[in-house]
Amino acid sequence: MTVKPGPIPCSEAVRQLWDYLDHAVTPEDQEKVEQHLSFCRSCCGELEFATQLRGFLASQGAEELPSHVKARLERFLADL
Amino acid sequence: MEVQDRTRESFQRLASAELPALYWLARRLVRDGAEDLVQETLLRAYRSYGTLRQDTAAGPWLKRILVNVFRDQLRRQARSPEELPVDQVEDFSLYQTLIEQDPLPYSDTLHHDYLQAFAKEDVREVLLRLPELYRAPLVLRYMDGFATKEIARLLDVPLGTVLARLHRGRKRFEQELWAYAQETGLLLKGTVP
Repeated sequence: MTVKPGPIPCSEAVRQLWDYLDHAVTPEDQEKVEQHLSFCRSCCGELEFATQLRGFLASQGAEELPSHVKARLERFLADL
Repeated sequence: MEVQDRTRESFQRLASAELPALYWLARRLVRDGAEDLVQETLLRAYRSYGTLRQDTAAGPWLKRILVNVFRDQLRRQARSPEELPVDQVEDFSLYQTLIEQDPLPYSDTLHHDYLQAFAKEDVREVLLRLPELYRAPLVLRYMDGFATKEIARLLDVPLGTVLARLHRGRKRFEQELWAYAQETGLLLKGTVP
């Protein structure tokens, strides 16, 4: 017989959301978080925002180098 | 097995293509001295060029070396760690704060629009407000895509420590996203969609 996990409070669910999105929680914790999300609209909002924030961070990638920086680093490379 | 070209010219070619990624990573890790960090990385990488197995792995290889150089710099500075008390960061939720304070009353997509108000330089300034202990794992995990186990190895700390710092770093980052916008009047600058 499998024992259903007990409910967790919002604070615990929110604490685990990023790890949940990272697939870095145990199967038991995953079930607890999903159970909580199944009835908590506020934490669903937190989850959606966590997803947005992750995408926002990932979008801050590299751009073109400023020309003066590029010139200096290329010169440094050439002098190796 | 394919023989890899390990000449000075091939190093220059590989490294040159990775300069933007290295420079922007360095800029997120340090306020000043990003170029120095990249130069030290290039020197160290060139000395150990023979250890690079595949040219296709040059990007991650160079980034790992950069993180090693960064870590060594931190150690040389020998500053005392700035661990944050859990309760100082645990209670803050940017998601809830935005709902309660409603800084963009005409927005139908409040949380999305709030984030879009931040230009890349603003995000960098917010990141630089975080103690290095928290900033480095956050940058490496969520901006450069390193796995948590690799971050633990690169920063030479236990995995549990990385996970705890990621958690506190995220919370602190949310706090600073809010504080920075308040202090700089970011939302009044007409950058909001």
